[in-house]
Amino acid sequence: MPIGDLMPEIALLMGAVTVMLAALLLPRERQGWCAPLALIALVVSAGLCALQWNEAAHLTFSDTWAIDGVSISARLIIVAVAASTVLLCPDWFRSERRHGEYYAMLLLSTLGALLMAGAADTLQLVMGVLLSSVTGYVMAAYHRDWALSLEAGMKYFLIGALTNTLMMIGVTLLFGMLGQTTYAAMTSGLGGVVPSGALLLGLTLVVIGLAFKLGAVPAHAWMPDVAEGAPAPAAAFLTTAPKIGAAIALARLLMLFPPAAFAWQPLVAALAAATMTLGNLAALGQTDVRRLIGWSSVSQSGYALMAIAVLGRSAEALPALLFFLAGYAAAQICAFSAVTHLRGRTALDHYRGLASTRPWIAAALTLSFLSLVGIPPLAGFVGKLTLFVAALQGGFAWLAVVAVINTVISLFYYLKVLSAIYFAPPATAAVAVLGHWSATALWVSAMLTLGLGLAAQPILDAFRSANMLP
Amino acid sequence: MLTLAVLLPLLAALVLVFWRNADEGAARRVAIGTACIPVILLAAVWWQFDLSDGAPAFQSVEEARWIPSLGVAWRMGVDGMSLAVSAMSALVFLAAVAWPAETKGRARAYYAWFLFLEGASLGVFLALDLLLFYVFFDLSLVGMYFLIGRWGHGDAPRAALKFFIYTLAGSLAILLAIIALALGMDPLSFDIRELIARQPLAGQALPAALVLLGFVFGFAIKTPLFPFHTWLPPAHVDAPGPVSAILAGVLLKMGGYGLIRIPLSMMRETFARYAFVLAILAVISIVYGALVALGQRNLKRRIAYTSVNHMGYAVLGIAAAGAMAGSEAGRQLALTGAVVEMVAHGLITGALFLIAGSFWQRTQEYELDAYGGLTHVAPRLATAMTLAAFASLGLPGLAGFVAEFQIFAGTFTVYPWLAAIALFGILITAALFLQMLQSLFFGNLPARWRDFADLRRIEVIVLVALLALVVLIGVYPRWLLVMIDSASRSALGSI
Repeated sequence: MPIGDLMPEIALLMGAVTVMLAALLLPRERQGWCAPLALIALVVSAGLCALQWNEAAHLTFSDTWAIDGVSISARLIIVAVAASTVLLCPDWFRSERRHGEYYAMLLLSTLGALLMAGAADTLQLVMGVLLSSVTGYVMAAYHRDWALSLEAGMKYFLIGALTNTLMMIGVTLLFGMLGQTTYAAMTSGLGGVVPSGALLLGLTLVVIGLAFKLGAVPAHAWMPDVAEGAPAPAAAFLTTAPKIGAAIALARLLMLFPPAAFAWQPLVAALAAATMTLGNLAALGQTDVRRLIGWSSVSQSGYALMAIAVLGRSAEALPALLFFLAGYAAAQICAFSAVTHLRGRTALDHYRGLASTRPWIAAALTLSFLSLVGIPPLAGFVGKLTLFVAALQGGFAWLAVVAVINTVISLFYYLKVLSAIYFAPPATAAVAVLGHWSATALWVSAMLTLGLGLAAQPILDAFRSANMLP
Repeated sequence: MLTLAVLLPLLAALVLVFWRNADEGAARRVAIGTACIPVILLAAVWWQFDLSDGAPAFQSVEEARWIPSLGVAWRMGVDGMSLAVSAMSALVFLAAVAWPAETKGRARAYYAWFLFLEGASLGVFLALDLLLFYVFFDLSLVGMYFLIGRWGHGDAPRAALKFFIYTLAGSLAILLAIIALALGMDPLSFDIRELIARQPLAGQALPAALVLLGFVFGFAIKTPLFPFHTWLPPAHVDAPGPVSAILAGVLLKMGGYGLIRIPLSMMRETFARYAFVLAILAVISIVYGALVALGQRNLKRRIAYTSVNHMGYAVLGIAAAGAMAGSEAGRQLALTGAVVEMVAHGLITGALFLIAGSFWQRTQEYELDAYGGLTHVAPRLATAMTLAAFASLGLPGLAGFVAEFQIFAGTFTVYPWLAAIALFGILITAALFLQMLQSLFFGNLPARWRDFADLRRIEVIVLVALLALVVLIGVYPRWLLVMIDSASRSALGSI
């Protein structure tokens, strides 16, 4: 068995075990040492993953695992997301009794997201989704003494349990109809097949399962609760990393099904339109900044689905998807880093006048929100630009128009926050912040939000050269 | 040089952000010093500009790679039209920065945003790449949003929000249209020169019409044309004087400039088919803007609505120029007139809004009825305002007349009836300005304005500079017309 192909994942697993052991042995006041350990594991994993870039794209482990440009790019983004959310933790969890174990959960959850991005087999995909979900529930409910955190974890778990079960039924149906679980074999099986009811139902159920991880309609309802109630570093992770893995998994799976026979492209487009519209409309009324970011994250999933809807119709679809996800991740983590750095303050009123008390945090949050809107030259702009190019090229001009209308709607609530920050007098004289770790995360993610936009070319080139198996 | 004109203000803005110890005076000196540079650079470009017959349309071109895989690059360059508009913008920016401002104790941030806005605005006019054009177009919204919201008065946050929402809606429509236009090129390219030369989408009736709709919708919001103008009055009333001057003098021009540069030049066929509709919208804006302005009792609202009226003239000229009817010479005349109108309106309305700002600084009062007899206490202010108002109503010998004469002369050859209706606009404008001057400066001086201060020295210097140019264009417009004419010939495809 080509064990070398799985080295990045194995590194994460070893890292998780090491962190777990360290958390057991370290005294309470040294639990923060697990953070550097987790970071080392992530950096090693990223390095090993990057080494695969020069290999020819291939399937491995009996065709269950894809090593191609798309999976490598997505996995690198996910690992980067995980690393920056690790930075948020030591300061945030300082008062927790034994938070070392949190890093082990985070690494395992990262592993789950990586599995989704690389899975080329339906059972492998189920493994990834489950691993990412189970660890996610724990992370969301990590503040066990706080009702909101428990509620977030509970909602996440209930919706997750339902959709994961549906997904497994879907996978079973697909296996029953096609007799195969690997994508490579399914492609040939799907060649001239006439879509039967069971096949369509199976596909739909799997899509619903992935929509849960993606935070898209109809399984999006956990997103705002997790954003509001989960520990802020966990919210940063859970609203980004699984989403990236799920988007790639969805793209890879749907590409197996001939669009002519299954007509999934218009359906995904409808899902995209519904997701972005619902997310934006729900965000409009929020007066809680973290909840607002959660709903905005739902709408961002809708934009990402735009790229998936034009897969196979536009050559720009895959690079657009990857770039949009990378830009989204940078801006989203920047927003949550700001929230974390401000000790999790969440009511809109508490943000009043932040520009005069904490100008740099205000500036970072502005950068993040403007990038989520898609204002040039930030990362989100290039992401949306490539999405629009792909949508227009793929013949879904109406979807691009819907996205434009949604962007204008989204401006209302982003500006509501910015207006409170910049135009209102300060609510309190002094604003307390966390320590150096979270400041670093804020600084890095803000620079990435700006840098990904200004230096888009090399990254876009890499994404354009990335191919997707099978 | 053009790149420097765009980047230096942005750089200076960054310097102000990081220079913690800068006090009000230092920040102001940096801002004024920086704002001088684009004026000098653009004057130099003007000096070098080759007006001979075989000269290329776009000159002083500078290019650098940005996102080649999408056909996007940093491309800068000017033709006679963008040079005229950008030089005017640089001058209005200098005037607005130099104008004494109420910075609310945040001078560094105020001047930094101002310089940021200057870099972005000049970028819009100087960009030779459609995507770069869009980038600067959007950045100018961000700058303006913060300037209105933080340093405005009244319900400024609301006005700023309305401004941002409206114009972002417009700019996103433009973005989609830009992408659709660029996708018509193979390979994908956003190079303005290429797009003008190749006329993508020609011969595709429906897609081209939709793309045109996107452009016209977006630029009509920015210009603004009736019925998309409703963001304008609150933004003007609640913004501080210098910001209003920039909004009217520079940002509104992006609408007219965009209409000429993109749909008129790049989609001649389609534009010609729908030019009449645009002309009707323009005439409605002219008459409606003038009538509503006449009804306003608030000084700034009144000037704001005259902008709707004046930009209506510019768009009428553009529509007439784009119609495939009438004589070639007449259409060219109309287009040149439209650009001169933009330059003239920038200078004149810039001056008017600056003066309106000094009213607010002295009295916190915009109601016309509260004033009267100010000639006695503020003769310099009265003179400047009178001159600007006369220029705005189109008195011969001043810049507004040159522009409007050309627009009407050109439009009469294409749409005689529309031009005749639009003439009413001029009549009403004359009435509303005269009445405004009357209620401000004549009659009895209310007791509470006894110690109304006249213009200070810096204010006089700024206004003299702006208004001298207005007079110069009015008396001797040749140097400007030659420059703009060179561009309007190639924009209409006559070369």
